[in-house]
Order: sequence, then structure tokens, then C-alpha cells
Amino acid sequence: MEAPVAAAIQVSGLEKRFGAVVAVAGLSFAVAPGEIFGLVGPDGAGKTTTMRMLASVMRPDVGSIVIDGIDVLASPEQAKQHISYMPQRFGLYDDLTVEENIRFYADLFEVPRTVWQSRAAAMLDAADMTPFRKRLAGQLSGGMKQKLGLTCSLVHTPRVLLLDEPTTGVDPLSRREFWQILYSLRSEGVAMLISTAYLDEAERCDRVAMLHDGAMMYCDTPAKLKEQMPGVMLEVVTDDPRRAHDVVLGLSGVRGALLVGNGIHVHVDRRDCCAQIAVALQAEGIAATDIDAVEPTIEDLFVALLEQKKTGASK
Amino acid sequence: MFERIFHLLVKEFLELKRDKSARFRLLIPPIIQMVLFGYAATFEVFNVATVVLDQDQTQESRALVADFVHSSRFKLVAVAKDRRQVQDAVESSTAQLGIVVPPGFAELLRKGQSAPLQVLVDGTNSNTALIALGYAGQISGNFGQGYAQDLAQRTGRALGHPLVSVNLQERYWYNPNLNSRWFFVPGVVGTLTLITIVNLTAFAIVREREVGTLEQILVTPIRPIEFIIGKTLPFFLIGLLEVSIVAAVGMIWFQVPFKGNPLVLLLGTCLFLISVLAIGLLISTLCKTQQQAFASNFFVLNPMFILSGFSFPISSMPAVLQWFTYIDPLRYFLVIIRSTYLKGVGLDILWPQMTALAILGMGLYTLAVLRFHKSLD
Ligand SMILES: Nc1ncnc2c1ncn2[C@@H]1O[C@H](COP(=O)(O)OP(=O)(O)O)[C@@H](O)[C@H]1O
Ligand SMILES: [Mg+2]
Repeated sequence: MEAPVAAAIQVSGLEKRFGAVVAVAGLSFAVAPGEIFGLVGPDGAGKTTTMRMLASVMRPDVGSIVIDGIDVLASPEQAKQHISYMPQRFGLYDDLTVEENIRFYADLFEVPRTVWQSRAAAMLDAADMTPFRKRLAGQLSGGMKQKLGLTCSLVHTPRVLLLDEPTTGVDPLSRREFWQILYSLRSEGVAMLISTAYLDEAERCDRVAMLHDGAMMYCDTPAKLKEQMPGVMLEVVTDDPRRAHDVVLGLSGVRGALLVGNGIHVHVDRRDCCAQIAVALQAEGIAATDIDAVEPTIEDLFVALLEQKKTGASK
Repeated sequence: MFERIFHLLVKEFLELKRDKSARFRLLIPPIIQMVLFGYAATFEVFNVATVVLDQDQTQESRALVADFVHSSRFKLVAVAKDRRQVQDAVESSTAQLGIVVPPGFAELLRKGQSAPLQVLVDGTNSNTALIALGYAGQISGNFGQGYAQDLAQRTGRALGHPLVSVNLQERYWYNPNLNSRWFFVPGVVGTLTLITIVNLTAFAIVREREVGTLEQILVTPIRPIEFIIGKTLPFFLIGLLEVSIVAAVGMIWFQVPFKGNPLVLLLGTCLFLISVLAIGLLISTLCKTQQQAFASNFFVLNPMFILSGFSFPISSMPAVLQWFTYIDPLRYFLVIIRSTYLKGVGLDILWPQMTALAILGMGLYTLAVLRFHKSLD
């Protein structure tokens, strides 16, 4: 997919170091109005740092950021009028009610009372939160907190929305509602940059960029990204994942393996590698309670692509 | 700009209203501390370094000096040969108190007339000195009484007036009763304000940083300076309220009189609060967590307290430490609050302290704002 012409977000050569750590290393991308652009990558890939620089709470060492035609580095105050940023950590006031939080942010953006009131009412309604208007933000569930965060971020009708892992730890229902709101914003032409740790969520984006060590590995539509990873993902549940990991890596048809919470994820060519793995593990005396195909996680995809990139480079 | 600051103010007070423990923290500890300090402030003083000059050299004069030396309150550190030596000893802080028995002392006593005893005190706002002075009065008073009784027995003549009068060279014409509580209570007001407001300010800002609300608020068009003003202004107002309350407790409970112009004290308090807020703000820029802030407060507030002259006279500090006292806002505020309370002096006398506080406040606040900008990255 081509980079859009009149981009809402235009980032080029972005770099940020913290001492010896290179958090963001020469990042360039563009997001069109009405596009949902996903940033995926493991912890420490530089997603949050990128978002912070775009939101102009942090200055990059090198590079340029243009948002809606405004040079963010030259005139951050002006750019902020058009940007909204939801930090990874809930940033609203626990001791204020839902309504007071919304009102506070509307006031800071100098949104006229009638405008924000009708807007907030509609959004709370869409998020199923109208009954909780008087509740203190600190007493909301994780999902509701995020929806409130989004509502506060949107009271001033931004052109660009930056969302840093907005649905991490949020229940599925709230997540669905959350995405409903994002889709309706897309139809209003709002450009969105969203970082996520979930592959199913990355799939909802129009385009996805995979970050690794602050640099972009891939940037494409989710479908094309998944095509990059042929084969099937198997989950092996076992008490001894470390040994199992070493055993399966020696088998033919196994492309890679990854330690996960309760066992290992094995990336194989075909579904029927199952039997082969079961036999091999049994021969080594490793008890595997379950072996089944699963949806690849973002981490699986990431590891597969990284692996492919390495072998591709060495060829 | 002012609207955004106002909205921030409203938010602060809303949060404060919700936070029941904050209201408690704001009011109760300072009042308790005030009362405790007020009572604890009546120190007993022993072994005050004393230099003696006996120009009379009579039986009476020696008896009086012996009374001093044998009292546990005073410790003879030098016997002077002339007035110059007494003065030098007191000024160099070798002695805190100088006692001079002038020539003709005994002669006056024998005639039944009032005989003067001159006392020099280390001319600083030292609580110890004041109390020592009280003891000096007591000892010479007792001596005079005893002598008068002897005289009455020998001559059959009763005297209607005290025989020995203590003449102060370094005059404490305020606090004539040498009431140490009067001396302490105004100082406690200043010290408590410093501690409470620095803590509140530092914690409030570090908390926003720690909890993550700072990051969220900084993506709004609010400027850092607006945030800082909006965040410190509530504590400025709370500081004024706190000074009033603690001062009221001091005046009502301990009946310390207020002689000066309240407006002069108000001006001094405002200037003082600017420095105090800036210190809290500075601490907050250096700390990422409330725990760090707690430790920093301790390390900053303790030296400020010690260097302020609250209990240890600045003039007896080593020269290097004396220089440090010049950047301690509490030093100036203590002078302002004690002088307005006890002496009733005005701006004509206090302008150097006011100017120093103003300069210090501006400097610290500017530094804090600059540091705040840097700490955002
Ligand atoms: N304020 C900071 N100071 C020092 N290092 C930082 C800071 N913020 C991020 N980093 C480092 O930069 C790298 C990228 O971090 P981050 O952007 O938070 O990644 P992500 O959001 O993808 O998990 C990490 O190695 C992290 O430790
Ligand atoms: Mg992150």
C-alpha cells in the first residue's frame, strides 16, 4: 500500500536515545486521514517513545514530525490543538468523577460548554457509560477507564488520535465497544495511530508497522503481514517447556519455537506435524498434556518475521 | 492562560475536597505541633558561658559573683580585666553572657541605695540568652533581697525597693518578661509553614508524575508555566490559611501578643511562600516517586531548619555555615515574624529581609520552572 498523499501524520527520520539505549532509530511513516495505523512490537520496541514524541511531550533527537500540516517540533502548542494522546497508563484523575474529568479536559482545550456537553453525552452513551457519569474515575473497571480516557481525548474533536496500548487488560466486550468508537472516528476522517500487543487487534488496523529495537521491520496491511508467515502455529502444553523447546527445534518441518506461559508455541509447515511432535516428546520422556493449533500471537508473528529476515539476509 | 489556570485550580480543590485524609493532614498536625512546640519551648538552660568583670573588688561584689559562679546556670569561662575584654568575649562568642560589677557597687548597697549590675548578652535572637538573662535577674534579685534583710536587721530600716538592679547593655526591649514561649511561638509558625507547604507541593506534583496524570495533562494546550502556577497557587492559599490558623492558635492558646501590623506580616508571608513553593517544586523535579520526594524533603528541610536561627544563633555558626544561611528563606521569615509579633516593627526596619525574600523567591521559582521543563523529557 502506498503512503497517502495528504498525510495527517508525517514522520521522517525520527530518532531518540536515552543514554546508550536507542529507543527509536530512524523511524519514517505516514498516516492518512481516516486511517488506522497500528504499531506492533515487543516491550521496549519503542512504541511508547514514538507516541510521546508525536504528542510532543518528548523531543526527538533527530527527525521531523508534521501533523495536519503543522510542524510539531516548531509549534507544539498549535499542534496540540489537533492531537489527542491516550498514554499507556491511565492518566485521568481518580478523585474526580467521570463528568468532572471530561469537563476538565474540555476546559483545558477551551471547548465551548454546549459543544462538549452534547459530544460527551453522545460518547458516553455509545460507550454504555451514561449511568456512571457521577462515579469517581478511580472506581471504574479497567475497560470503563479506557473508554473514559478515550472520551476525554475526543472532547476537542482532534484530527489525529494517538492511542498507546489502549485495550491492554480490557475485557472483550469493552474492547469491542472501544473499536466501534474507533471505526466511527475513522469514518469522520480522524487519523489514528494505535499500538497494540494483540494480533487480532492489529488485524483490525488498515496498516501495521512492526517495530524492533526502535526500527521498522515491516509495514503493510495485516493480510499481507500474515502472508509473510506461512504455515501453522501449534501450542504444546507441558511442564518442561525448556527441554521441549530444544527437542522440537531439531525436528523437520519445524520453523521455530517460542516459550509461552504454559508451554511452547511451535511454528510448523503443516497441521499434521502434531503427531510427529507428540512422538518426539514422548521419546524424550517429556509429558505434553495437549498439542493443538492456535491463532498466532503477535509475538509468534514477530519471531517468525524476525527469523525470516535473518535467514533472508544470510542467503 | 488565566482561564486554564483557573480550571486547574478548580480541579485541585475538587480533589482536595474528595480527599478527606488530606484535609486532616493539612490542619491537625500543624496545630498539634504548635501546641507541643509551645510547651516544649520552655527550655531549662544550664552552664551558660559567662565572663565576669569585678571593678568594685569588695566583699559584696565578690559575694555576688560567687552566687553566679556557684549556680548551675552559669559557668565562668573568663575573668576580665576591663570592659573591652568583656565586650570582646561576648562578641566573639567565647561567652554568651558578660557580668560587670561597676565601681562603687558596695558603697551604694551599704547606703541602702539601688546598685546597678551591668549585663551583656550575646546580641542574637537566642532563646538560651534570653533564659540566661532571666536567671541573672533572679540571682541578683535574691542577692539583693538577702542583703536587704541583713541591712534591715542591722539598722532596723526596711527598704521599699530592690537593692540590685540589672542593667542590660544589649537591650531586649521586646519580650520584657523573657518569656521564651513568646520567642518560640512565632518561629514555630514559620517552621511549620515551611515543612507543610514544601511537603504538600512536592508530593502533589510528584504524584501527578508517578500516577501518570502529568503526561496526560501535558498533551493538552496547557503550558508548563500554567501548570506550575495552577499547581502551586492552591498551596499558596493553603499556606496563608495555615499561617493564620497556626498563628491564631499561638495567640489564643499561648497568649503571645501580636504587636505589629498584620499587613507587614502578610507581605512577608507571601514572599516567604513563593520561596517555599519553589523549593517544593524543585524537589518534585528531582524525584520520580513520592518515596524519593519524602527522602529529599527530609534532607532539604532539616538543614533549612537548623540554619534558620530557629534555635541555634546564626552568629555562633562557623563562617561557612553562616554564608549558607543567606540562601535560607526561613532565616529571613523568622526575623520578619518575630519582629512583627514581638517588636511591632514595620517595613522601615524589615525591608532588607523583605528584599532578600523577594529576590530569593524569584530566583528559586525561576530555577524551579526551568528544571521542570527539563524534567519532562
Ligand atoms: N524515560 C526513559 N528513560 C530511559 N530509557 C527509556 C525511557 N523511556 C523508554 N526508555 C527505553 O527506550 C526503549 C523503548 O521503550 P518504549 O518506547 O517504552 O517501548 P514500548 O512502548 O514499545 O514497550 C526501552 O529500552 C526503554 O527501556
Ligand atoms: Mg509502551
